[in-house]
Amino acid sequence: MTVSRIEARFARLKAEGRAAFVPYIMAGDPDAATALKILKGLPAAGADLIEVGFPFSDPMAEGPPIQRAALRALAAGTTLDTVLDTIRQFREGDQETPIILMGYLNIVLNRGFKAFATDAAAAGVDGLIVVDCPPEEAGPMADALDAAGVALIRLATPTTDDARLKVVTARTSGFVYYVSVAGVTGVKEADAAAVAPAVARVRAASGLPVAVGFGIRTPERAAAVARVADAVVVGSALVDEIADAIAQNRDAGAKVLETAGALAKSVRSARVSRD
Amino acid sequence: MNTIAKPNDFSAYPDAHGRFGDYGGLYVPEILMPLVKELGEAYAAAKADEGFQAELGGFLKHYVGRPSPLYFAERLTAHFGGAKIYLKREELNHTGAHKINNCMGQILLAMRMGKTRIIAETGAGQHGVATATVCARFGLPCVVYMGAVDVERQAPNVLRMNLLGAEVRPVTSGAATLKDAMNEAMRDWATNVHDTYYLIGTAAGPHPYPAMVRDFQAVIGIEAKAQMLEAEGRLPDAVVACVGGGSNAIGIFHPFLDDESVKLFGVEAAGHGMDTDQHAAAINGGRPGVLHGNKTYLLQDRDGQILEAHSISAGLDYPGIGPEHSWLHDVGRATYLTCTDDEALEALQLCTRLEGIIPALESSHALARLDEVTRAVGKDGLVVLNLSGRGDKDLATVAAHLGRKI
Repeated sequence: MTVSRIEARFARLKAEGRAAFVPYIMAGDPDAATALKILKGLPAAGADLIEVGFPFSDPMAEGPPIQRAALRALAAGTTLDTVLDTIRQFREGDQETPIILMGYLNIVLNRGFKAFATDAAAAGVDGLIVVDCPPEEAGPMADALDAAGVALIRLATPTTDDARLKVVTARTSGFVYYVSVAGVTGVKEADAAAVAPAVARVRAASGLPVAVGFGIRTPERAAAVARVADAVVVGSALVDEIADAIAQNRDAGAKVLETAGALAKSVRSARVSRD
Repeated sequence: MNTIAKPNDFSAYPDAHGRFGDYGGLYVPEILMPLVKELGEAYAAAKADEGFQAELGGFLKHYVGRPSPLYFAERLTAHFGGAKIYLKREELNHTGAHKINNCMGQILLAMRMGKTRIIAETGAGQHGVATATVCARFGLPCVVYMGAVDVERQAPNVLRMNLLGAEVRPVTSGAATLKDAMNEAMRDWATNVHDTYYLIGTAAGPHPYPAMVRDFQAVIGIEAKAQMLEAEGRLPDAVVACVGGGSNAIGIFHPFLDDESVKLFGVEAAGHGMDTDQHAAAINGGRPGVLHGNKTYLLQDRDGQILEAHSISAGLDYPGIGPEHSWLHDVGRATYLTCTDDEALEALQLCTRLEGIIPALESSHALARLDEVTRAVGKDGLVVLNLSGRGDKDLATVAAHLGRKI
């Protein structure tokens, strides 16, 4: 049932002939109230799907912006319960925008796979990305998510060859997240020319829409990727706005939504035409 | 593969998936999966290659200084008044600890794999120094990630690494200590996937590291077993070692795993005490979780966030433990005791005065539990203690606690 929210959204985007804009924010950053305000404002700012990070003390695939966002969120008292509470409150006013949780395995494991899946589904979560859980270790978690109707979304990367792509895309649903650079989030820039063939390869292997993330910071880059991918994920650039707003004592929510709006406009106007 | 192990066939692990029972495994971001798998295959090939083993053996003998002696500690034995105590003298190795055994094995593997750049994490700097040492010896560039807090605390080791030609990168993320240095090394590896070899210093991390580091450290136990047979004509009744990540302990335990008569004791760092939150005892004070590529016992809060560890001994100051230890604990093959900072300081002084050997603070944790271990094997028993490192590096810490200025 909840998986269909992702499918419905991608079906609509396909009909409109454009890529999705997928902003990433960290739940609880800089505090629960501001994060909720940002989350509620994102669909109007042009978000088609939203990735919500749940913080972990040791985020080994993240660059400095999201590392710091996690520390801010933890310092503000964020827990898995407060993250799910934020999603629940968002869902009260939005039944259509898919929410994808993204984070690290220990937090999921700590709750228990079954309880996590049930609690996430009840809060209105549509999909889950677990950065440090490769397919080889994901069986029991995938079973629990299936049972609760939450999509398990997998990552493919520049080091994923064709043989491995089969492993990566087995038991995945919703969409596939292509990590466009070798490295951590928010450091290197994605090369749109190299992204195009990779996206085609992942799309062919999975039969699913392909979202591209890691290394997309500017509207120009977002537009370039939107021409070849089904979805464009921007995280660090938005999270950095929160850090800047705090440093300048300004309204973090307004700044993030403004930047998200500009990125969304850019993605929407890129207009892919693909059969 | 998938061998069904006999109940007492403990040395047959890990299984084909890199698991020790429920522990271990391979939990890394997808970008690193092909790399760790490639490493697993390369290591399996090297392990089976007599040429590789002979080359490693040559360097261990002529460069590291192996075999290390198994020394009968007569006065410690008299002090505890029971079982005969033997010390496995790993502190006599080049660079002053067991760490070099593993570094030598991994650097030869890295070169065999055609890697041209070495990265490592370090806490106190011991593994960083050992890595920088082998990189100097073989002429490979070396980057060592070290928490900014530790860079401040361990200035002599930073200088050593620099002299050896390594670049030390202070890590300011997170709590700026060992676990954050490990995160940063993983990030470097994910960014430099083609040329870089990550030389992990303890028997933890994604498969094959726990098994590979154990194998490179198992030379300690293999030697100790033969030396004890020569000295006493029989196996020891107990083996004891300190445990942080646990590479020295698993190195000396492993060749004894299937010898049921040999009791195995690991000693975790209890810091300010197990009744405080200032300790580093993952098994005695933590519960299973996933961090740094493996499932194992971890210090964590109720929501699964990893907690900072504390120990006077920087080498034990880590919130996790190697996965094989977690499994040996669960199945009851090894017993994990604890020792506080104060007890370790006492034991350091005791060993120094009675045997003329200044042990590392890490090894002093094992020394501090000789009371319990000798009691457990009785008066006619034989105990081997892994003296994993020398204490020269700890003089500043010891001086501070004794109220002395140096």
